[in-house]
Parts: sequence; structure tokens; C-alpha cells
Amino acid sequence: MTLSYQVDVKGPFNQLVSDSWVTTKRNIIKLRRDPEIFVFTLIQPIMFVLLFNYVFAGAISIEGGDYTQFLMAGIFAQTIVFGSTYSGSAMAQDLKDGIIDRFRTLPMNTAALLIGRTAGDLVINAASMVAMLITGYLVGWRVTSSLPEAMLAVGLLLGFSYAFSWVMVLIGMSVKSPEIINNVSFLVLFPLTFLSNAFVPSDTLPAPLRIFAEWNPVSSLIQACRELFGNIPAGTPIGDSFVQQNPLMIVLIGIGLLLAIFVPGSILKFKALSKV
Amino acid sequence: MNFIEAKDLKKYYKSKSGDIKALDGLSLSIPQGTVKGLLGPNGAGKTTAVKILTTLTTPTSGEAFIDGVSVTAEPEKIRRMIGVSGQYSAVDQKLTGFENLEMFGRLYHLGASAAKKRANELIELFDLVEAANRPVKGFSGGMRRRIDLAGALIINPAVLFLDEPTTGLDPKSRLDLWKVIKDLATNGTTVLLTTQYLEEADRLTDSIAVIDQGLVIAEGTSDELKRQIGGQYIEFSLVRLEDIEQGEGLLQSISNEQVFIGNDGRTLSVAADSAPEKLQTALKLFSESGIELNDAGMRRPTLDDVFLTLTGRQAQEDEIAK
Repeated sequence: MTLSYQVDVKGPFNQLVSDSWVTTKRNIIKLRRDPEIFVFTLIQPIMFVLLFNYVFAGAISIEGGDYTQFLMAGIFAQTIVFGSTYSGSAMAQDLKDGIIDRFRTLPMNTAALLIGRTAGDLVINAASMVAMLITGYLVGWRVTSSLPEAMLAVGLLLGFSYAFSWVMVLIGMSVKSPEIINNVSFLVLFPLTFLSNAFVPSDTLPAPLRIFAEWNPVSSLIQACRELFGNIPAGTPIGDSFVQQNPLMIVLIGIGLLLAIFVPGSILKFKALSKV
Repeated sequence: MNFIEAKDLKKYYKSKSGDIKALDGLSLSIPQGTVKGLLGPNGAGKTTAVKILTTLTTPTSGEAFIDGVSVTAEPEKIRRMIGVSGQYSAVDQKLTGFENLEMFGRLYHLGASAAKKRANELIELFDLVEAANRPVKGFSGGMRRRIDLAGALIINPAVLFLDEPTTGLDPKSRLDLWKVIKDLATNGTTVLLTTQYLEEADRLTDSIAVIDQGLVIAEGTSDELKRQIGGQYIEFSLVRLEDIEQGEGLLQSISNEQVFIGNDGRTLSVAADSAPEKLQTALKLFSESGIELNDAGMRRPTLDDVFLTLTGRQAQEDEIAK
């Protein structure tokens, strides 16, 4: 046997793009074969839209508007932030299975593993998003703005969850077993999504929680989406703090900050695994 | 310089109960095209040595070279030369055999069509055609090891690392895999194989390094190692387990070598220069003491004896304890 192997990809950037595509493809194939992920991705979001809508809509009234219109952006944001947890548990599982060690003996750019991982989440979240948009429409939720604005809102939701995936990837590399991830993410994400304006306007909350909810980036995300979907009826009071007045800017800064911290952070953490 | 050269590798870990010395000055030399066996019990440092040579971890001190390339200074270059197949089947369980190999091919940067072609070649070579399009999850243990090994051979690597390739396999699958590895070795690939099975080292390797507590404690061909501990052995299997201590005492009284008790708790063995005489004497003593025997005889030393003599411990204690 002779060495019959030709390197096809040249240059570090092309190599990163190629490696990222290969690992993303791996994650997409796995998604298709995993019935749990199917439930997590499609059935659960649909169920949440239906449950929260029919359970709460009768009991909660929103000043000047209809609860279904108010609720939808909140459900979208909550579901999609939770969607980012898959990155963390899948990362922890890969490390446990030893396949990460195999990848690390290959002449690939290992940052591609993390890019492929988070890109897999993006696919999950995009599918969830479509399922929720359709279900939302069926229960009477409407976009009253323009198509470009609605698309920007969906883009913000996916962008925010993508940035959050990098946080979860870092956590996934830091825990000892994949099971821990679900508990950790529950502890972080439940307060983050519930102590927000997702289900009730934040000014109804007691003072300390209200301040948290106002400054919570998830609140800004939801507020920005409500505005972009045209789900805020004229005359609805919006808080007068800076964050409540400028939700779109806050979300964009938030996404930028998360990526700026956690992309390099995760890559450094991954490289440091080899020092152990 | 040899094809693979490791010099004085040390790897220390910090832990709550003090420093753990996974490797404590391990040196290895492997000529090109040969199969080297690293033999040792669990925790001896075999896997740590492989991890350093495959760029998965860095040594605390010492250095290692493959074909003159430093493992610590140019890990990227090393990764283009090696294939690694691990103790745990490190392929994606949810992907099919073909998808796994194609993915590895792409990550070695073979290009899309070359990766497909190579995946198909390997699937045929490893007799996995029928299973190629099923997720690996449903594979038997032997098939998983074969697909794992195939993944290590994508680029026909100059060096192949096999970390306990048959641990946990049934005897039939083990024999099959031995044949595959033997074929590879005759094709000129340099192989480093770790194992805790003495028979495996005996069958597959050109040279064996016996490792214990992070150090090479003996090195040579399997015959050399056996000669090193010398002569012949006399061995007895007792009927009653409770006779074992008395039997050990009797044997010890007629020999200056250490008497070993086998894992079964009823086998006694000891090295003996003039084995036939010693055997006769021992049989007489046993019969006078009323110790009944299942079996008695002389035999050549095995690698088990080598290990036992060098370390005072059996190589496969853990396996048998299970």
C-alpha cells in the first residue's frame, strides 16, 4: 500500500469552512434519526403555543389588547432560548463518547466542531420557529406589520438563540456528564425566560423582579419582536427606562456581546482540553 | 533515529490525594514497519503514552518524535501522518458505517468524491458491505471495532495507533481482528499496540515493552522476554482450595525462586532449572502430605510468567475479577 491521499482543501479559511460544513452535516443527519429531537423540536413548541394560549388567554388580560397577540413573541423567545441547550448536552455527550478525541487526532480545524455543533442548533431552532409561526397563526396570532419587519423579528430570535448556543457549548465542555447539562440549563434558563415580559408585562411584577425583568436581555428580545411583528396596540404603555425604549439596540448589543465573549471562550476552552 | 522515538516522557496529574504519575520517564524506540506492543495492567500508563504520541495530550516533560517530527512542536503535521483507533469505539453511533468513514475522509481533506471512494474501499476491505448503510448503533461489538479501525486507515497512515483494540470482544471477533491487524502489519505500516492480553502481544508484535507504573520495565521480543526469566516451570493444580497455603510452603521449601499462586486460587507454579527432578520431589512431598492434585507438569514460561516475575502482579487481574 502506498500513500494515495491528496489534500483537496487549501488554505486555513477554506479548511475551516469545509470542516464546519462536514460537522454540521453530521449533526443534521443525527437530528433526522433521533425521535426525541423531533419531539423536542416540533411537538413541544406546538404544545407550548397551544397550552399557554388556551390556559392563560382567558385569565390574563392585557391593557388595550388581546393576550394571544401579546403572548406569541414570549413563547417564541422562550422556546428558542431553550432550543440552545441541545448544543450543551450534545457537546458533553460527544466528549463522553470519545468521538471528540478521534476528531482531535485528525488534521482538521477543531473550531469547526463547535461551529458545526451550534449550526445544528440553528437548524433545530429554525424548524421550531416554522412550527410555532404556523401554530400561532392557527390560534389567531397575526403579524400586523410588514413582511421585512416580521422577518427581522425571526432573524433576531434565531440570532439570539445562536449566540446562546455558544454559552451552552462552553457549559457542555465544563460539566462532568451530559445529564448535568439539563439541570444546569434549567436553573439558568427558567428564571431567564420567566422573569421577563414573556407572559405578563414586567410592570406587574414586584420591585426586585421587575428590575431584573426590565434589564433581562430576553425581555428586550421579546419587546423588540412584539414591536416588529406589530403586536403592540396603539396606546399600550411601554416602560420609560432606556432598555425598554430601545429593545432592538439592546438585543443587537446582547447578541454581539455573547458572541464576542463565548465564541473565543469556547474555542480556548476546547483547545485547553488537550492540556489535561 | 528510529521512526518513533519517545524520550523520558513524564506526565503528572494533580489530584486531591497528591500527584499522580501517569508516566514517570517512559522511553520508546520503534523502527519503521514494525509492530510494537505496550503491555501492562490497567493504569500502567499505556493509554497516556498513546495520548501523547497522538497529540491528544502534552507531556509534563520529555519529548517524542514520529519520523523526526516533534509531537509537541508540530501536532498538525503529526495528525496528517497517523491513524488512531481507540479502546472505546470512537465512531458516531447514529451515523451509518459509510457516513462515518466518509466524514473522516472529508476531515482528512480528501475531497468529496475521494472520501466517498475511500469509504467504499474500506467497507469492502473490512467486510462490512451488508452493514454499511445501517447506523453503527446496531452493529455487533466486532463490527464496531472493524469500522473504528477502518476510520483509522483512511489515509493509509504511516503510523497506526491501536489502544487495546480487542478489549471486551468475544474470542471469535478477537481472532478476526487479529487477522486484520496482522495483515496490516505485513503491509509495512508501523504499529503501536497497547494491550493487557499477553496472548495478543505474543501473536501480533515484533517487540514488546512491558510497562508498569509509568515506566518500561522490560523490553524485547516475546521469546527474549521469556528467556530472560529463564528455564522451565513446574505447575500443580490442587483439588482442594484449602490446601493452597500448605502446598505453597512445600514448594517454597524446595526452591529458591518465588512460588506464584494463580488467579484461580488452586494453581501453584514456580521456575525450576532442573524441572524433572523438582517435579518428582514435589510430587513425593504432596503425596506424603495428603494434598490431592488435579494436574501436575512442566511447561515453558508464558508472558504471564514474565509479567508476574517482573512486577509481582498478574497482568489481567482486573479482567478476571470481573
